[in-house]
Amino acid sequence: MPATKSLCAGDAELAASPVAEAIGVSKRFGASQALRDVSVAIPPGDSRALVGRNGAGKSTLVGVLTGLLAPDAGQVRFGGEDAPSRADRRSWRERVACVYQKSTVIPTLTVAENLFLNAQPTTGGLIAWAALRRQARRVLEEWGLEVDVDADAEWLSVEQRQIVEIARALLQGTRFIILDEPTAQLEAREVTRLFERIARLQQGGVTFLYISHHLEEIYEVCRSVTVLRDGAVVTHAPLDEMPKDRVVAAMVGDALREDGGRRRHGRPATAAAPMLEVRDLSIPGGADHISFRVAVGETVGLAGLAGSGKEEVGDAIAGLVVPSGGEIRVGGAALRPGQVADAQRKGVGYVPRDRHRRGMVPQLSLAENLTLTITERLGPAGLVWPAERERQAARLVRSLEIVAASTEQTIAELSGGNQQKAVMGRALASEPKVLVVLHPMQGVDIASKAALFAILENARAAGAAVLIVSDDLDELVGCDRVLVMFRGRLVAEFGAEWRDHELVAAIEGVAGGD
Amino acid sequence: MATEASEISQPGMADALRRRASTFRFRELTLLPAIAIAILAGALISDAFLTTNNFLNILQQSSELSVLVIAEALILIAGKFDLSLESTVGLPPMLAAWLIVSDTTFGGSGVGLNVWLAILILFATGALIGFVNGFLVVRLRLNAFIVTLAMLILLRGVTLGITNGKTLFDLPSEFLYLGSGKWLGVPVSIWIAGFLYLLVGLFLRYHRAGRAIYAVGGNPEAARAAGIRVERLIWTLYVVGGLLAALAGLMLTGRIASVVASQGQNMIFYVFAAAVIGGISLNGGRGRLLGALTGVLLLGILQNVLTLSQIAAFWIDAAYGLIILVSLILARVTGGRSREA
Repeated sequence: MPATKSLCAGDAELAASPVAEAIGVSKRFGASQALRDVSVAIPPGDSRALVGRNGAGKSTLVGVLTGLLAPDAGQVRFGGEDAPSRADRRSWRERVACVYQKSTVIPTLTVAENLFLNAQPTTGGLIAWAALRRQARRVLEEWGLEVDVDADAEWLSVEQRQIVEIARALLQGTRFIILDEPTAQLEAREVTRLFERIARLQQGGVTFLYISHHLEEIYEVCRSVTVLRDGAVVTHAPLDEMPKDRVVAAMVGDALREDGGRRRHGRPATAAAPMLEVRDLSIPGGADHISFRVAVGETVGLAGLAGSGKEEVGDAIAGLVVPSGGEIRVGGAALRPGQVADAQRKGVGYVPRDRHRRGMVPQLSLAENLTLTITERLGPAGLVWPAERERQAARLVRSLEIVAASTEQTIAELSGGNQQKAVMGRALASEPKVLVVLHPMQGVDIASKAALFAILENARAAGAAVLIVSDDLDELVGCDRVLVMFRGRLVAEFGAEWRDHELVAAIEGVAGGD
Repeated sequence: MATEASEISQPGMADALRRRASTFRFRELTLLPAIAIAILAGALISDAFLTTNNFLNILQQSSELSVLVIAEALILIAGKFDLSLESTVGLPPMLAAWLIVSDTTFGGSGVGLNVWLAILILFATGALIGFVNGFLVVRLRLNAFIVTLAMLILLRGVTLGITNGKTLFDLPSEFLYLGSGKWLGVPVSIWIAGFLYLLVGLFLRYHRAGRAIYAVGGNPEAARAAGIRVERLIWTLYVVGGLLAALAGLMLTGRIASVVASQGQNMIFYVFAAAVIGGISLNGGRGRLLGALTGVLLLGILQNVLTLSQIAAFWIDAAYGLIILVSLILARVTGGRSREA
């Protein structure tokens, strides 16, 4: 179904040939049709948002546009010319660059060298290191990108890594850049800086295709939007003609629900016994004498910028970080500092921030991943009965509504949302008394988000003390209280009725709360 | 620049960057204290240690190992493995010598092949072994560790089989030249090893293909995206590794003036020890040839010191192993970076 209702209004005035164009592209993986007859044209100077739920075909379209996937039908054109042969990576890289969520820098090389990878300036066949560093510095300055060219890439923050990847694209002469969820791992201030950078690059004539789950963002950064659903284009439109609810409606395909009514109105500050007690907790380079309590059946948010120490506090409760002082008690029992097994035994469930790094073992099956925290319950004397594992895993799959072909499927094959559910399931498998959740909705589509919120709410209703560590207001909205950390200290506390601007101000350290 | 970086990163990060920048230049030299201690110990143990002859002796005895370390370092930096190098030190010289020796009663083939043709076959065999390794690892995507382990066993078996375990000697002087000749009073094998270190070291630092090896070892997917032909590069490195191992075999044959069926056996342990204490990462993408060279020198000096010392011969290996462990710890403490990671 050629759903190209209309190209963007601006197109007509802009130069005739689009910077990049997919024409009637279809792509099938086994049984699933990832793209059907997708046509997208991005005129020069445009910044196009590409939105759609997980599995709508965004990644596949990016793969086709970057030449990493061969379409089954249809073609890709750049500047009105046919795309180069897929083997000719160099030509592709001159036309299009993609900054993925996954790093494509070489960690063991310096920033400067990463910028010129496989294209180093040479004199007489030998690499001219001084010139290489000089040129790298110049390019970064020219585009107003700040990063040390001599730093080894493995030490870069996510933000700096993105800068390097963007700069590398610019260096190769690419003026069409695809950003795949660039803000997913950035804190609020970094996001602002990223947007400033994008604006600057746009003025310099760079065209963007911007993929994001955060609809607010695309209104800040993009001029037009393409919505994909089930592998087909639902609509193209300039964003000023597309209010947010219409974009969401196009993505979801039916009417939307506003915020799910998750905000807790006027529930009194709980009198229930504290389940989690953090007293005078100090962590080198992280927290400074932090004290708070979370009661049975209470959800508390711990907000703050990246580097505010909020994640260190979460990690310390899970036993992953050894505090330098203070005490953590779960149900009255003090945790042995830095002992994950002890924390688990005493009832701490933990959902890490980066599921790929800490949350799951990609080669193992869904069942094994789910039961990783409760192997001692799967049989006597350390034995693991497959039948018991299967029973426990099936129970979790059912209660969390994880979509998988079977529990024996490797977890790496699941979609992002289902992986995140499984990581939560792993934490919930032991029926924890305290559930510590870091950035639970990162890189997860809207439908899965609702399911994940429901899971957290169920755990709370069952009597767990839930601590949500996040700076995403959306993730904090269901909390009974929100604590704010700034530079290692607790600076503010809000009830359930916080207002966005107040909370953000506290997070940014602009003003204290009540 | 560091201050600019700190503006957009956490303070801890900026510190780490600065720390990194300051240790960067000296990382290759972390073994120097260990080498100094070994030399000091040698001087105390024996008067014969601090002599030109003894040092030339150490260098010559290390030369084959050092060539093998170059081969392994190239493959390790690219993120792969080659255990079979030690058997490649044995088989090509054995095959070549077998073709040369005309007397079948001493284990020869009776062919009496021309010595230059035999040397050509020697290198061709080394390259072929590397090519097969590359094929199995790159094309069939078998695990490099297990492929080259199987190859190590297979090639050693063939080496034994060719002459039923006999040692071949009475070889033409041309065949032995690399291990026995001298230029300006210094054994040829030392010149060769030194030249190779310079050449390959510069190549790794100053040639795009050299940098591509680091890129492939650091992040193969990113390297591929940058237009580097990852598979071809790795395959080529296996062939180069086979060639260098064959060269090391020829040098070793020349030095001991014969080919034994066990030529090169157990060398791979020392190859890995030297490479790793010299800062070559087993995970790929990191390490320099200069560091690897200090690793080889440390092992060579230690071997010599232990031989000169009064330690009972049966305990030398134990002492050697212990000292390698200590130098790993020392390198970790002084270098501040883990050697295995």
